[in-house]
Amino acid sequence: MKNLSYLISAYGIIWVVLFAYLLKLIRKCDSLEKEIISLKESLSRNK
Amino acid sequence: MRNTIPLTFICIIFMLLSIYSVFLYSPVEQNQGIVQKIFYFHVSSAWVGFLAFFIVFLSSILFLWKKERKWDILAHSSAEIGVIFTTLVLMTGPLWAKPIWGVWWSWDPRLTTTLILWLIYVSYLMLRSQTIGEYQKAKFAAVLGIVGFLDVPLIHISVLWWRTLHPKPIVLKTGTPALPMSMFYTLIICLISFTLLYLIMISQRINIEKMKDEIRSIKSSLSE
Repeated sequence: MKNLSYLISAYGIIWVVLFAYLLKLIRKCDSLEKEIISLKESLSRNK
Repeated sequence: MRNTIPLTFICIIFMLLSIYSVFLYSPVEQNQGIVQKIFYFHVSSAWVGFLAFFIVFLSSILFLWKKERKWDILAHSSAEIGVIFTTLVLMTGPLWAKPIWGVWWSWDPRLTTTLILWLIYVSYLMLRSQTIGEYQKAKFAAVLGIVGFLDVPLIHISVLWWRTLHPKPIVLKTGTPALPMSMFYTLIICLISFTLLYLIMISQRINIEKMKDEIRSIKSSLSE
């Protein structure tokens, strides 16, 4: 099929970029949640 | 992602429906062939990009007016997502252009104004990463976010005002859409999918900013 490689590349790029960004958001959320828990523990210890 | 589970579920369904519609339901365009199917995700990415920058525009105005942090968070979050989707537009466009126009890029009005939009909001994100006073940074970014949005209507009318390689509007125009209904329905499904994806992303991105604020507040309490 003519020009199929362009179609596959376009959809491939879209999925890779969107999944990579979503993964980045999820990982950032997780790491910040852990930091908040750790800081709250330090705060309660100090009190 | 916990608080967006129902939305994520609906988004996944619409995405699967989009893939089905694009590759199995919508017909192969007679003149351009199968590569024309890039249209559905290319246009949907552009739609989300413009929507995101519109949110930046509105929330920047609200921030300058009310001086509330929540509007600044919304503007910053939406700008980042808008840049992601506009990047997708600028990457998928050439992949569609090369087999149809014979060139990867042309300094055509629509392409050029879209590139300018991308550059404006990339510079918005660069400004946000500067180490100047938080309120000052937010204020400058808000002004850039408002002025930058003026490019969006220019992108839409560029194909009407100037001679351009880029196709003229086939949906957002007077009269009925200039494409078969199966293609129109496919486009609508893709637009809905991408909009849902935007909502999920903005929700997570706002959450990140709120958590950063909470961390700053806790660290400030610890240092007292």
